[in-house]
Amino acid sequence: MTRKTRRLWIVIACLACVGSAAALTLRAFSSNIVFFMAPSQVKASPPSPDRPIRLGGMVMAGSLHRINENGTPVNAFQVTDGQAAVEVHYTGILPDLFREGQSVVALGTVQKNGGFTASEVLAKHDETYMPKEVADELKRTGKWDPRFGKAPDASSWDTMTAKKAGG
Amino acid sequence: MFGPEQGHFALALACVLALVQFAVPLWGASRRDARLVGLAPYLAVSQLIALGYSFLCLVMCAVSDDFSVQNVAANSAVSKPLLYKITGVWGNHEGSVLLWTLILAACGGAVSLFGRNLPDILRGRVLAILGGVSAGFQMFCLLTSDPFERVFPAPMDGQGMNPLLQDPGLAFHPPILYTGYVGFAVPFAFAVAALIEGRVDAAWGRWVRPWAVAAWCFLTCGIALGSWWSYYVLGWGGYWFWDPVENASLIPWLTGTALVHSAIVVEKREGLKIWTVLLAIATFSFSLSGTFLVRSGILNSVHAFANDPARGVFILALLAIVIGGSLALFAWRAPSLTSTGLFSPISREGSLVLNNILLCSICAVVVTGTMYPPFMQLLAGRTISVGKPFFDAATIPLTLPLLLAMGVGTALPWKRAQLARTFSHLYAAAGIAAIGVVLCFWRLSGIMPIACGALAIWVIAASASDVLRRIGIGHTSPRGVWERMKNLPRSSWGAALAHIGAGITVLGLCGMSQAQHAIVEIHIGETRSLGGDDWTLLDVHDYIGPNYKAMQADLAIRHNGKLVTILHPEKRDFTTQSQTTTEVAIHTNFITDLYGVIGDRHGTGKDTTYVLRLHRNPLAPWMWLGGLVMAIGGAFSLSDRRMRIGAPKRAAARNMARA
Repeated sequence: MTRKTRRLWIVIACLACVGSAAALTLRAFSSNIVFFMAPSQVKASPPSPDRPIRLGGMVMAGSLHRINENGTPVNAFQVTDGQAAVEVHYTGILPDLFREGQSVVALGTVQKNGGFTASEVLAKHDETYMPKEVADELKRTGKWDPRFGKAPDASSWDTMTAKKAGG
Repeated sequence: MFGPEQGHFALALACVLALVQFAVPLWGASRRDARLVGLAPYLAVSQLIALGYSFLCLVMCAVSDDFSVQNVAANSAVSKPLLYKITGVWGNHEGSVLLWTLILAACGGAVSLFGRNLPDILRGRVLAILGGVSAGFQMFCLLTSDPFERVFPAPMDGQGMNPLLQDPGLAFHPPILYTGYVGFAVPFAFAVAALIEGRVDAAWGRWVRPWAVAAWCFLTCGIALGSWWSYYVLGWGGYWFWDPVENASLIPWLTGTALVHSAIVVEKREGLKIWTVLLAIATFSFSLSGTFLVRSGILNSVHAFANDPARGVFILALLAIVIGGSLALFAWRAPSLTSTGLFSPISREGSLVLNNILLCSICAVVVTGTMYPPFMQLLAGRTISVGKPFFDAATIPLTLPLLLAMGVGTALPWKRAQLARTFSHLYAAAGIAAIGVVLCFWRLSGIMPIACGALAIWVIAASASDVLRRIGIGHTSPRGVWERMKNLPRSSWGAALAHIGAGITVLGLCGMSQAQHAIVEIHIGETRSLGGDDWTLLDVHDYIGPNYKAMQADLAIRHNGKLVTILHPEKRDFTTQSQTTTEVAIHTNFITDLYGVIGDRHGTGKDTTYVLRLHRNPLAPWMWLGGLVMAIGGAFSLSDRRMRIGAPKRAAARNMARA
């Protein structure tokens, strides 16, 4: 075995592995990338029901209620970005940090009726922090300008004052 | 004596010592001045002492509740248990940077102590590189994230620690993980020193490998511990989230595993030199960027820059110098390194090359999946995320050939192998693997779990049969077997153990892919069945803990009417931090984990219902057990006398004296 043939073998092996890695990555990307959308974007252009997305926004105060579907508890709540609200259904235990009037990110699909079925709900934040996507969306819609201090309290939002004021 | 000012001074002193440790030996080595080079170990040890003192000061501040120190005030409280006061020191940014540099200094100290048989010039250069990296991060600590900063007026009590983090598993997770990350600084320093010298030989491979193996063991343990913590504390029923912080530890583990293997080829056959040097540089670079870019959240959120621009710019500059500098040096000097060992594609070397290519391909996939979303965010402004489906689809197909090769690799001889002869050794293992295929078809569903499970059994069987063949089971007398067992190098035992550990982990992962769970809302006394077990909610009661209120359930599990266990999952409400935590209850018999979580209470009186999440996780403990076996395998091969630096030299000297 000469140096040249050995090098050829190694190059072939490298190309095969890196090539298949690239092919696998591209294939996985094309079917598994999850886009982030705000409720108003979902309302404006609903994605197809087989395409999972991440929906982010504030949990509308007073909107959380439970439906019992054949013994499995389903949590239903509205998620809003201050312009539109989407009804979210989630089967499972809501995370410890889940609160009405606070930000949330839900992973799931948009149904034909415009509702959202979540397979995962994330509230990985403390009282003072909100997910970056939600913060960006707030800024984009002009609800919050970081130059003027902290993000507004959720209760000050127009669509969310309904029950919060009453306690 | 152990005040914050003393600690601050000691940190500054250590930084100056590290700078001297960087400059003097390098200068001395270029002038071939033995006295200057010989200073390096003394400087390294004194830097370690100064830094150790500084760290001790910070620990003392935390233990004595000195809330005039900003860092302690922000992260500790009087009521915190002593253990968490100590471990809380590295639970925040400033303290963890200090711990990071302390471990780096300890690596320098270890090289000075255990590296007495190294050539002086090489040791001097290695210590100089370690000193340079150390100085950079100590400066980062001093200038942008000072752990000893005072606050005025001092608060009466600290703000306390996140109750989620008050857990023994998490308390020791960071030091172990950091030792893994930082340990790869030593192979990195060896690589850079070899590039400066322009020479890589078998001896270099022999010196580098123990350091790489040691770091790899710690990193393996650290990753397993982190995953275990997320399993039993977070209570979401999973074990790996594929989130950037976790990937940041997996990426250097993959390249580090490749490094541990390619260094064998350098040591035994003087091949793959340039590649090994590059891997050493890459592994440490990934460790660095992992800890500082991903963990600090700079990549996750561009806004981290806005919060503290100085920190971000400093760390980026530091990374650019260390990584860019070493890669530039590599580009300049690597062509002068030439490999001598020739081998055919079917040989031990060939299988190690394949292992390296596959591990690096997997690493490339993980890097792409981790980096693509933040870059898309930066460049296109579109927020996307990739998760478990992506990583599963992209990495598992690449793992299959890796597992297949793992079984064959250790049975192949060096240089050139005859496939037929090699396979004649593997008949038994192939037979067991065939039974494994049947077993997997019976117990598992899905193509990938079945393939992975069967290959994992193949890896375990082939590794075990390789060791059994070498110690002569079946064709030597028991006495001969004992003799051979004693003479078989410990590194062979270690390699077999590590491969078996990897097989066990993969089996655990396959088992977990079959996990079942149910979310139920039931009254007290009601029963639900899951995977053949009946779960009955016996009772729920409230009690008051030291600093929380808790709701505890009694959950009985019966299998065919026979009581298996009673689980007590809890939900705790920490009133001072207004935070709730979930205490998972797990019953394990090492084959199946029964995992119960209690959620909310609804309704009142007779109509009260409780939401419960029930999980049945087959083979879950095997995932971490396999990690432990892998690390033990690594430690075993570290104890091989051939791995100990200079051991052959000492043995030769002894033989000379005897003659």
